[in-house]
Amino acid sequence: MTAMPDAPSPASPAAPENTPATAVRARRNRRLVRKTLTYVVMTAAALLVLVPFAWMISSSLKRNNEVFTVPIQWIPDEFRWSNFVDIWDRIPMVTYLRNSAFLAITITFLQVLTGSFAAYGFSKVRFPGRDALFVAYIATIAVPWQAYMVPQYIMMQEAGLTNTFWSIILLQAFGAFGVFLMRQYYMSIPDELVEAARIDGLSEYSIYLRIMLPLSKPALASLALLTFVNTWNDYMGPFIYLTSNELWTVQLGLRSFIGQYSADYAMIMTGAVISVLPIVVIFLLGQRYFIRGIATTGLKG
Amino acid sequence: MSHVTTQPDATRPAPAERGRPPRRKGRSRQIRRNTLVGWSFILPNFIGFALFTLVPVTAAFVLAFMEWNSFGSPEWVGLDNFQRMFGDENFRVALFNTLFYAGGHIPLTLVAALTLAIVLNRKIRGVQFFRTAAFFPYITSLVAVAVVWNMLFNPTMGPVNQFLETLGMANPPGWTASTDWAMPAVIITSVWRDMGYYMVLYLAGLQTIPEEYYEAARVDGANAWQRFWHVTLPGLRPVTFFVVVMLTIQSFKILDLIVVMTDGGPGRSTLVLAQLIYREGIREGRFGYSSAIALVLFFIVLIVTVFQFRLNERRKA
Repeated sequence: MTAMPDAPSPASPAAPENTPATAVRARRNRRLVRKTLTYVVMTAAALLVLVPFAWMISSSLKRNNEVFTVPIQWIPDEFRWSNFVDIWDRIPMVTYLRNSAFLAITITFLQVLTGSFAAYGFSKVRFPGRDALFVAYIATIAVPWQAYMVPQYIMMQEAGLTNTFWSIILLQAFGAFGVFLMRQYYMSIPDELVEAARIDGLSEYSIYLRIMLPLSKPALASLALLTFVNTWNDYMGPFIYLTSNELWTVQLGLRSFIGQYSADYAMIMTGAVISVLPIVVIFLLGQRYFIRGIATTGLKG
Repeated sequence: MSHVTTQPDATRPAPAERGRPPRRKGRSRQIRRNTLVGWSFILPNFIGFALFTLVPVTAAFVLAFMEWNSFGSPEWVGLDNFQRMFGDENFRVALFNTLFYAGGHIPLTLVAALTLAIVLNRKIRGVQFFRTAAFFPYITSLVAVAVVWNMLFNPTMGPVNQFLETLGMANPPGWTASTDWAMPAVIITSVWRDMGYYMVLYLAGLQTIPEEYYEAARVDGANAWQRFWHVTLPGLRPVTFFVVVMLTIQSFKILDLIVVMTDGGPGRSTLVLAQLIYREGIREGRFGYSSAIALVLFFIVLIVTVFQFRLNERRKA
């Protein structure tokens, strides 16, 4: 808000002099135009981003033969909520949802627990070889999973764990990512705090439990949310390992439904909406932590 | 008291010991204790990590030089797998397709993410809603993304082609039904899906550019474009570097979207390297050969990343 150089007073709206008043009005107009323009651009961008969602939701509420029409009908004539009832009879959606939830919760729990525990060792306890070990963790993050999925598969096959939940849990619960994210956060907690607790006679385990865990709630929330969403959305893991229908996750179930009834457009979209819904709810609840988790691992990595 | 200050997390000496000089024995006991405690923290995660990540990563390197099918035992064959790879047409097609995908996905996602971030980096009412909207595709499950876009890209009835026809295009592309347009369709879908993620990184990066720089530029009479070019872009260089590295790694290992959306087809037009690894290794059980392809994939990613690091160093200097 720098005033115009020749305007003596940062003009009040009722300024009698002609020049400053018009200048102010012009500037205010310009600002209004710019603001409107920003909203127009943002709305256009948002529309572009959200069109596929609009299509998904609108199709899920249509009769099957209404999905593809010329011109496109974005709002159905009649909302067919019955699609959301019928789908439970068409595919074992309850089983799929339960399997997805079980895997996502178990893996998230183990990842957060072992990840934060290990991160304490990597950030607050000093011992020889610690940093070399951490480098090994980091190095594997750089190796694409696709490059070692075959050896993993061979191991699981030899252990007889393919087509069980064990394979997915064991492969995903001990990722280096959780250790990395939690360590980043613990590094930002001053050592003096831990030191003071040691002087007070707390053991390392109680320092972790009573000081670090409560202090790192935001990071724990970030890690939990990211892991949960990743596991829920994971396709390749279940696709490779889970062959029996009763073990399938929502993703696999939906994919197989698409394969079998590829012309059942409305029903497919209904399934898609159901598969996305839990994630949307969780994301909206924990959005803050989610974004922060991405920003910290991103920028400090 | 140097022993206390140089070792910040050594436990405080017992009062009786204070001020007594020889502490060698106590220190080594301290180190041993710390090692034990440290490992006890790391171990629960490390056991899982070592077994299910470190061992397979190491095994992948060894298997690449072996001939091993699902039945039979592994046999050392040196570079045979790699020789075979160069005569394998599937490999050449997959390599080309992967490069094609990366060539589209990396720059387009970068530009889309940066544009979104700059548009949404404003303190005006409702901006949070738009940011959330832009991030949404990234958390949407892949199967839903793939099936929705497959319908949007429907060659005859899909909204994309209807829109192109209203723009006056007589013969809009066949998208996922055509060998020429399937890969662009996959690229568009993946850009849509990933741009919100990188937008978050860019938004965080934009916060780090001091407002004074913009004010100084404005005082010097720089217009909006000049401010973007001379203040914003240089200020975002660290983020851009990170984004490019991440995008590169992500592009070269693309797998799930392709498997769900096109399954490599039509024909081989969207077959990519990671998918070839999956087909050869897990479906066909050619463990050695697939590991050799995996090694090539890994080295491509490594070389590109190292190259980008070098480039970044030189620019900084």
